[in-house]
Formats: sequence, structure tokens, C-alpha cells
Amino acid sequence: MARTAVSKKRSTWWKTALGVFFTAVMLFPVYWMVNVSFTQRSDLRANPPHLFPTNPTLEGYQAVAEQQLPALGVSLVVGLGCVILTIALAAPAAYAIALLKMRGGKTLNFILLVAQMIPAVVMSMGFYAIYVRLGLLNSLPGLILADSTVAVPFGVLLFTAFMSGIPRELLQAARVDGAGAWRTFRSVVMPISRNSAITVALFAFLWAWSDFIFASTLARNAEFVPVTLSIYAYIGNNTTQWNAIMATAVVASVPAAVLLVFAQRYVAAGVTAGAVKD
Amino acid sequence: MTTTALAAVAETEERAPSPRRRRAWQRTIHGSPWTAVGFAAPLVIYLIAFYAYPLMRSVDLSVHDYNVRAFVQGNAEFVGLQNYVDVITSNLFKPALWNTLVFVGLSIIFQYAIGLALAVFFRHNFRLSGVLRALFLVPWLLPLIVSASTWAWMMNSDSGVVNAFLVAVGADPINWLTSPEWSLTAVIIANIWLGIPFNLVILYSGLQNIPGDVYEAASLDGAGAWKTFWRVTFPLLRPVSAITILLGLVYTLKVVDIIWIMTKGGPANSSLILSVWSYREAFGTGQPAFSPASAIGNLLILIALVFGLFYVRLQSREEH
Repeated sequence: MARTAVSKKRSTWWKTALGVFFTAVMLFPVYWMVNVSFTQRSDLRANPPHLFPTNPTLEGYQAVAEQQLPALGVSLVVGLGCVILTIALAAPAAYAIALLKMRGGKTLNFILLVAQMIPAVVMSMGFYAIYVRLGLLNSLPGLILADSTVAVPFGVLLFTAFMSGIPRELLQAARVDGAGAWRTFRSVVMPISRNSAITVALFAFLWAWSDFIFASTLARNAEFVPVTLSIYAYIGNNTTQWNAIMATAVVASVPAAVLLVFAQRYVAAGVTAGAVKD
Repeated sequence: MTTTALAAVAETEERAPSPRRRRAWQRTIHGSPWTAVGFAAPLVIYLIAFYAYPLMRSVDLSVHDYNVRAFVQGNAEFVGLQNYVDVITSNLFKPALWNTLVFVGLSIIFQYAIGLALAVFFRHNFRLSGVLRALFLVPWLLPLIVSASTWAWMMNSDSGVVNAFLVAVGADPINWLTSPEWSLTAVIIANIWLGIPFNLVILYSGLQNIPGDVYEAASLDGAGAWKTFWRVTFPLLRPVSAITILLGLVYTLKVVDIIWIMTKGGPANSSLILSVWSYREAFGTGQPAFSPASAIGNLLILIALVFGLFYVRLQSREEH
């Protein structure tokens, strides 16, 4: 008995070490990004490259602070705009499909599924053609609308899956208390669906924040560009200041890092939602 | 992989109440059938305005001969399927299609295999396993521009860390991004790295749903780890695997940014896949050629739809 316990412990230790090793290999590029962001410009082309920032510099981050703050602000606005738009569209629609048993709900779900398969590059051409006429090119609302097309179908499907599980009795009780459909939605359904709303919001924000295709097609000449586009422009104009490029990359990754720390379980829920059935 | 929405189906599991209760429910809650329509109306209008209409415009672009002037004036000549013919007979079509197949195929195989191996590994309970698994999500959460430019710098011929590593272990350095023989490999490696977290998470949750007593039975029968995997885990995981792979296919077909940022489809079109070609025609050069670009894009939709229909069929078969 005692022997099995000991051998179990030992094998666990061994597995942890292996797990740490795998994770380290997987995250090496992320480490490298951070490492380069602190490297002196003169050391960037060192051969072999320094594995640690031996003589760290904040030069890259200084460049970020001087040049990238507006772009980060734009991304923040676009991300938040997408979150609001996505939730405002998706939650009521899911309520109609899942709880009000709207006719055609299944068809709508199918359409949303197909919508997710359309490449963004095709959508971007359609948007470009429309925006040219409407004067929405290079505008924040135009970019928010286009970016939201990524998150809206996901949002509806996720909300629908969750709301279908809400016990009917709860809604009936609300009804008995005299709440109408809207009141029920606002005071009963949405508070219960809080976790789904967080998940949808996280993804809507993250996708809008990371979007490159719509930004590079619909906002390329904008006065203020989102951070993805500004990193891209930075790489194009700047082949020597890789520490500044990587510093921008690190800063642009902050939302992802924050999400990982504070919202890891929502992220995992979002990835698996719907793709795997219980 | 631009893993956009993964809520792939989230089909409503209707745990339908009994008929009598259901009728009572409908009477009380439904109110007018228009209530539901009212709640869904914004979404439907949105879908028409921002999905259907742009798509229609893209089809419209592909059957006309649009140049920049015609774009603004809206008087492009109707050319029918000529753009499609031009694209398919273009001498870039075959290599681009081939690159697409290689890119998608190799990405999927390696993402899946590595993701599955890691999922099986993380299924064991050990200290820190939850934390480490969470850390594996990082590459998937980073903006693509960030990961792509990091990989581009790592694979830099002269001062990249990848080549430094190759030299250190005694291999020859490789011109990852600047030689036609290696550029496709380079973007595939980056794309595999990006796709591993997604595969890991989905396959891991699939593994969680395999009941533990199946494994107990297997171990009672004296099956070793290897045998257990091939005889128990893998077969039971098949539905989840199929969905993971199909989703991966659909999303990998759409990839533009990672290749565009790392190689722009070059050198000499060696890493050009269909989506990147479409992007390049429309937005990548000084002269936008929207008509052929949307023809390529629409072909891509057709390919994605074929896989998509497979996926939908699989989903509905799963349900029954």
C-alpha cells in the first residue's frame, strides 16, 4: 500500500515536470517576444541572439508610449463598440429563439452557422463596396459594424444554447407576477445569463481587438488606426526597431493576458461551447 | 487559424415540457407571436444588411468588370462568369489551390495530433495541470498580428532564434521566409502553433466526457496505455475528433493574416493560398482588382460550404 502511494507521487512529479516542459516549449515565442522587447537595439542582430535581455532597455516601451497610445485607444473603442453591439443584437434574438419559441428559430440558427464559414476577406470586399458609397470607409462606426460580424453569430448561438436550459417555471412565475416579455427578458433572463454574457463579451472584444483583415481593408487610411494595423505599419516602415515592434506586440497582448488571468473559465467555456455536445 | 466563432452549433437542446404544460406555457408566455419576432427583428435586419447584402455585393463584383473608377460611378460592365474563368485558367490557380491543400491538410493533421497527445497527457491528474493547461491558451488569445510578427522575427534568416538553434545543434540555417522552398513550411509551422490550443481544449473536454469505468474495465482486462488509447480513447473520441477537424478545416481555409504578415504569399507565390490571393488582388497592391478577387473569394466560400455541410450533417447525426 505504502509503496503504491510513493510510486504514485513520484510519477506525478515526473508528469508535472513534463507538463512544465511542454508548456515552456509552447510558450517560447511569447517569451521571445517579451525578451526582444527589452533588448538593446545594438543587440538585436547579435549572433547567436541573447536568450535573456542581458542589458535590458525600455527604449521599445518608450516608443510605444510615444507612438502607439492613440492606436490602443482606437482598438479599445472598437472592441467596446463590438461588445455592446453584439450583446444588444444577440441576447434578445437568442431569447426569442430559445424561450419564446420563435417560428423559424432553427432556420435562423442554421443561417448563423453558415455565416461563420464565410471568409472575412470576402466580407471585407462587400463592405468596401458598400462603404465607398456610404462614406463609412476609415470611420470608427464602419469598423465596429464590420468587426461585429465575427462575434454576432457566435453570440446568438452561445446565448441560445444557454437560455434553452433556463427552467420554464421561472419564466412562468415572472409571468404570473405580471411581467411582460420585455420585463422578463430584462429582469429574469439576462441576470441568469450573466456568465454567457461575459463569455460573449470577452470573445467579441478579443476578436475586434485582434482583427487585422477588416482594419487593413476598411480603415487603412483612417486618421486613427487600431493597434493591429499600426503594428503592421510599424513593421513595414521599420526593419531595425524590432524591440519597439515587439514592445507594441506585448502591449497589444495585454487584453489576452488579462482575460487569461481573470476569465480563464469563461474562455474555456467559449471555446468548447456548442462545438462539443454534452 | 482565425478561430472566429466556435459556438459552431449550440443547437437548442429542447427539453420539451409535456404537451399539456407546453400548451399552458404557450398561452401564458407567448402573448402574441409577434413578441418573439420583435425580439429577433434587430438580428434579422442586421443579418440582411451586414451579411446578405455584402455577400450579394461580392457576387455582384465577381460578375462585373470593376475597376476603381467603375467602383465609384457604379457602371461596371457585366461580364458573367468571365472572372471565374480567368481565375481558374490563371497560371496561379493551380499552385494556389495546391498550396491551400497543403497548408490546410498539414496544419490540420499536426494541430490535431499534437492537440490530442497533449489532451491525453493533461487528462492525468498532476500538480499544476490546470494552470499549465490554461497557459496553453495563450497563443490562441494573442492577436494574430502579434504572433505572426513574432514568428517572422524568430524565423529571420540572419538573426532569428530558430536558425541560431539549428546552428547550435549542428544543422544548416534555413532561409525560412525568403526562400520559395521553405516559406510554405514556415507559415504552416506558425499556423500549427496557433491551432494547438483550440484542438487541445476541444479534445480535452471530449475526453472528460468519456466515462471513467470504461477505463477501469480496460485496465481490468489488462490493456496497456497504448492499447487503451487505440481501443478505447480514440474510438470513443471519434465524434469529437470529427467535429474538431471539420471546424479546423473551415477556419484554416479562411486564414489570411498570418500568411500575409509573414510572407505576403511569396516569395514567388510559394506560400500563396486562395484566401491570400484574393486579399492580394483586392487590397494588397496599388491597383485593386476587386472583380477577380471576389471571384476567388466566392470559390473559397463554395469549398468552405462543402465542408460546412459535412459538419452540419455530422452535428445532426450526433443529435439522433
